[in-house]
Amino acid sequence: MRVYMDSNATTPLLPEVVQAMCPYWTEHFGNASSIHLHGQQAHAAVDRARETMARFFNCHAAEVVFNSGGTEGDNTAIFGLLHPGDHFITTSIEHSAILEAAKRLVHRGVETTFVAPQPSGLIDPTDILRAIRPETRLISVMLANNETGVRQPVEEIGKIAADTGIFFHIDAVQGAGKVEFDVRRFGCHLLSISAHKMHGPKGIGAMFVRRGTPVEPLLVGGSHERKQRAGTENVPGIVGLAKAAELAMHSLEDGTIDRLAGLRTRLETELLKLPGTGLNGAGAKGEYIPRVANTTNIWFDQLEGEALVIALDLKGVSVSGGSACHSGATEPSHVLMAMGVDKNRARASLRFSLLKTATDADIDYVLQVVPEAVEHLRALSPVAAGTLG
Amino acid sequence: MSNSTTIAVAMSGGVDSSTVAAMLAHETDTSGAQLNTVVGLTLQLWDQTRLAGKHGIPEAPKAGRCCSLDDVYDARRVAEHIGIPYYVVNQEDRFEKDVVRPFVDEYLAGRTPIPCSLCNNHLKFDQLLQTARSIGASRIATGHYAVNEFDAERGRWILKRPADLAKDQTYFLFGLTQDQLSRTLFPLGHLTKPEVREVARRSGLALAEKPDSQEICFISGGDYKQFIAAYLEEQGEQAPESAGELVASNGEVLGRHEGIANFTVGQRKGLGVSSPSPLYVLNIDPASHRVTVGADAELAMRTLRARDLNWISIPELTASMRVRAKIRHRHEPAWATLEPAEMPGEVIATFDEPQRAVTPGQSAVFYDGDEVVGGGWIV
Repeated sequence: MRVYMDSNATTPLLPEVVQAMCPYWTEHFGNASSIHLHGQQAHAAVDRARETMARFFNCHAAEVVFNSGGTEGDNTAIFGLLHPGDHFITTSIEHSAILEAAKRLVHRGVETTFVAPQPSGLIDPTDILRAIRPETRLISVMLANNETGVRQPVEEIGKIAADTGIFFHIDAVQGAGKVEFDVRRFGCHLLSISAHKMHGPKGIGAMFVRRGTPVEPLLVGGSHERKQRAGTENVPGIVGLAKAAELAMHSLEDGTIDRLAGLRTRLETELLKLPGTGLNGAGAKGEYIPRVANTTNIWFDQLEGEALVIALDLKGVSVSGGSACHSGATEPSHVLMAMGVDKNRARASLRFSLLKTATDADIDYVLQVVPEAVEHLRALSPVAAGTLG
Repeated sequence: MSNSTTIAVAMSGGVDSSTVAAMLAHETDTSGAQLNTVVGLTLQLWDQTRLAGKHGIPEAPKAGRCCSLDDVYDARRVAEHIGIPYYVVNQEDRFEKDVVRPFVDEYLAGRTPIPCSLCNNHLKFDQLLQTARSIGASRIATGHYAVNEFDAERGRWILKRPADLAKDQTYFLFGLTQDQLSRTLFPLGHLTKPEVREVARRSGLALAEKPDSQEICFISGGDYKQFIAAYLEEQGEQAPESAGELVASNGEVLGRHEGIANFTVGQRKGLGVSSPSPLYVLNIDPASHRVTVGADAELAMRTLRARDLNWISIPELTASMRVRAKIRHRHEPAWATLEPAEMPGEVIATFDEPQRAVTPGQSAVFYDGDEVVGGGWIV
């Protein structure tokens, strides 16, 4: 048995997505910028995809820019809007595509305020409000955290941005396909998503850019994407992204998310019955706070998370100790540390992120394997310390 | 599958450990069923980019450095080729605490450390065994050239020199406990290096011709003085003031030096004094910072004292014993008589022939024929 519970790292393509992309590799291979028939076929496919994405975001088709994914979207928002002397507000629990870009801005004379989350993992909008200065030009906050799944109050932050006349970017990579999207309700100027987190292909993403937002392109060259993103369109990728978005919209309405939340709750409740465990991303009294339906992040005392991940892999369960973009790092998760989680607990935390196709049998298997592995690891810790005798 | 033994192979990305992984993965029983479940592990010990470009350390680490991304890449490719699961386990914190920091401190105290032995004692065997057990592997295997066998008569695990004496690594393995020896496999102990490369070729390993690594793995460029300077600067520390007098063995002051960390016993170059005949460092006194130099002949010592001993073929040294003692990696073991010293936990070895450059901080390993009796650190 093999169970994949790392869908916040990536997801498999749904068969419909593969099917939709198929003609665009060999048959309709044209360059969307070409005049001839081949070009027109490709162009039409990109246009249709753009309309689908506009429905997905609830925006105009002209406000959709295709790019290579979440990292590019995050980087574009930051490098495309901020100039020397500007101030930038983001949070300390963002993806490294935001945090590292912000660090780089220091050389350009842009100062960043990193707003810390509550111990629950939730960003308090009043903390964003307090960080605002006269020279603040951009606020960037994620829709859902990749490690804890905590859903951030972007609507309230959007209102603050509107009231103060500051641009607002949402890194929505982990929210895509998990929560309903409405860029008007979110009140954002920019929003980034990536296809591969919602059963689309890797290397393709899209950005909502509200009309009139003066974001400079990261890549220049041809006049693709209304001069907002140069480079020949990845037509199969764009088609795949749109199909994935279409299926994601459907899954938000057909009860898939409720079913997923039910499976997640069962997994979480049972794992938390093990001694020496706790939930990362809960209120002070253990009460639930808004999270995406597929994610739970649990700490296990008296063991090393890294060893548990390997032991579970050898038993057929794919989970992650945190962000896959950080695997191999010495430092415990910056997200959990920012929430004030104890360092040892942060190192011994596992993220279970369920696919939409998860079944009761998957949960049963994980609930059989994890307690065994945890018990085994805990039994070993004192023994291993005594081997130098 | 359930009857097979799970073995964790410590993979560095070099030929030796890669060959071990291939050998164990290919072992079959008489029915042709795979005998072992093999899991590849690489300990990520040091970030080679951490001090790059500082104090003359090369910007880009050379290929074949331990823990370089290239080596992790090579190890991963081997694991994929032979079809075993593979993981990189980060132990940078522990490596810094147990190997790098003591290495720097030893030099600053005027001694000449051997980080490889510290790494074997603390990381390769202690930590790796712990990690192996935690993932369900009861044994580990490494690419060291050494032989370990259980001797029922003595009831002890014995560590012996390998078939390829030119590659003998027992000098760095003297710290292994009985428990560690009982859980470790050295599949290369009976092979020569050319034979290992041949096995690698036959197993289709792309890195069969990869050159051996030689230098200390975390010191890119090979200059330990650059490393110490860059490391202390990164830590925001000043090297302790250790300048002092350079004196001849008769006590005559020949000049001054800038710090004892720049010297090692037996060193000839960079002394900063001229003399008609070559001068060598004879002694470094950490208390007075005095560095004594003299002629080659004066380097010869008849005795050595060692502490923090680990015994392998015997439970304890209770009476004097004839051994051959090896006092540095490239030293031909020399006949000596080993006795417990007055200070509990220390031993004295008296050589039949005086030995050149007995260096504090290095280890002394004692052999009885091919067997490692035990070893300790030279005081």
